[in-house]
Amino acid sequence: MNKKILMSGNEAIGEAAIQAGCRFYYGYPITPQNELTAYMARRMIEAGGTFIQAESELAAINMVFGTALTGGRAMTSSSSPGISLKQEGISYMAGAELPAVIINIMRGGPGLGNISGSQADYFQATRGGGHGDYRTIVLAPGTLQEAFNLTVEAFDLADKYRIPVVILGDGILAQMREPVSIKTRNQKPETRNKKDWVLTGCRGRKPRHICSLYLGEGNLERHNLKLQKIYQKISMDELRWQEVESEKAEYLVVAYGTVARAAREAVIDAREKGKAIGLFRPISLWPFPEEPLRKAARGLKKILTLELNAGQMLDDVRLAVGDKCPVEFAGKLGGAYFTPDEIYRLIERL
Amino acid sequence: MKKDFCRPESLTEKITHYCPGCGHGIIHRLIAEVVDELKIREKVIGVAPVGCAVLAYDYFNFDVTEAAHGRTPAVATGIKRALPDKVVFTYQGDGDLAAIGTAEIVHTANRGENLTVIFVNNAVYGMTGGQMAPTTILGQKTTTSPFGRDKKREGFPLKITEMLKTLDGVVFLSRESVHRPANIIKAKKALKKAFQNQIDEKGFSLVEILASCPTNWKLSPRESIAWMEKEMIKTFPLGIIKEG
Repeated sequence: MNKKILMSGNEAIGEAAIQAGCRFYYGYPITPQNELTAYMARRMIEAGGTFIQAESELAAINMVFGTALTGGRAMTSSSSPGISLKQEGISYMAGAELPAVIINIMRGGPGLGNISGSQADYFQATRGGGHGDYRTIVLAPGTLQEAFNLTVEAFDLADKYRIPVVILGDGILAQMREPVSIKTRNQKPETRNKKDWVLTGCRGRKPRHICSLYLGEGNLERHNLKLQKIYQKISMDELRWQEVESEKAEYLVVAYGTVARAAREAVIDAREKGKAIGLFRPISLWPFPEEPLRKAARGLKKILTLELNAGQMLDDVRLAVGDKCPVEFAGKLGGAYFTPDEIYRLIERL
Repeated sequence: MKKDFCRPESLTEKITHYCPGCGHGIIHRLIAEVVDELKIREKVIGVAPVGCAVLAYDYFNFDVTEAAHGRTPAVATGIKRALPDKVVFTYQGDGDLAAIGTAEIVHTANRGENLTVIFVNNAVYGMTGGQMAPTTILGQKTTTSPFGRDKKREGFPLKITEMLKTLDGVVFLSRESVHRPANIIKAKKALKKAFQNQIDEKGFSLVEILASCPTNWKLSPRESIAWMEKEMIKTFPLGIIKEG
């Protein structure tokens, strides 16, 4: 069944989790993601699930850890300062190979920063975020429909690879409202029976342990090599990106999330006025669509990277294209947004 | 011939890494005996802490996970909410429960989570080499209170079990020790009650167990027993703290 409902980004993400069979949500208040926690407080109970407003982000992510190791689909959400606190638990989950979905509705930093939207946590999200040599899958929706779809998908990816998956949005995405087509999935909340590693009590089998401690000689290295193998596979199989007007382009804008949305308008406008420009929008930020961007950059005169930070994805763009093409950057730091007009003017100057 | 004293089914055959005179081995055995007697081995899930007991999963013959330092009750909450028909317990030290995990234990208790908490208090950080714990008693020397704990400099030993007494979500609190056979028998009784409460869905139960750490107390196992009796129990009196 498909229903089209006018909802906020926060609500769309919450409903997507329900449709994906998530029945455990653990949160802690922080702006600008509070509507998601409030949505779950009501919706989770209606759906027969568990909602806990935890005593801290640390507790919330560790409740997710506990539910994940039983095989239950669990989610937490927060915004930048709260995500910093959750990094401890995310690192432990990466080490223990536990699946979960973590929503980061980014706001400005460092420190308390402000409560406006931002993309200042790109480095933190795409480089693991906590201590240790690990990655999480990071998906960055540009529209509310995509936020819904990617959140549903995030639960499947988390289970498939036994890995935490981060949905990286910002204050604008979470707060704006637009119609979202709710695809009702007959996803059973109980997926744990299929998992042969979960802790459910050792009835009829040998006891199992779930941990991230590897003390014996060589054990940690073996474990890390195994994790790297999984990351390698994800880097091959789970690239997501979108290209707009990139064929026969001489210039390319690279942007993700809500910035790409403003950029798309400017790019289409500039195309209509004869500028040979396209848009490349990474959807999976880790794994970064490096090879597709390299291909798209062939023969280009220039790339313009746009971010709501001082230039973080810029590093990945430069790594992808190397010296094949000059890369320019424009950023907004501190809560301001690009308007399509501003981007149009930046494009004109290329 | 009938064997009267055997290894509980809930313990593996692995030799523990604990030091001579350490309380963990006895406490592990008591938990294993209680789990066997209540016939819950196949439905119990343990949460091991950071500290000397982090390797508890090597010694318990049932499902065990491990939590980040102090987050043990939060992890247990996540397990129990997902599997309410299983029996979930945490095994925590004094640094884990009464310092870094203070918020988690207070709020887990206050929510009245239907869990069993085993709180091993040896007045010192054991695994990291004998630093001052929140429960280090006044005058006690550690690597980070080398002149003895001074109330003006380091504050007082934290009586967290007494603090938890005020919370409406808590049904059972007891402080025990394992330094004499008579105390071991009492400790087992308290542990059994704490597990039975969970089976009966009564709510949050915690048993604090005073244990020796001869290595970090810089005492022999025998001297540790004397110090426990003369000093530690004065600060942390034994007995039921809350029941009802």
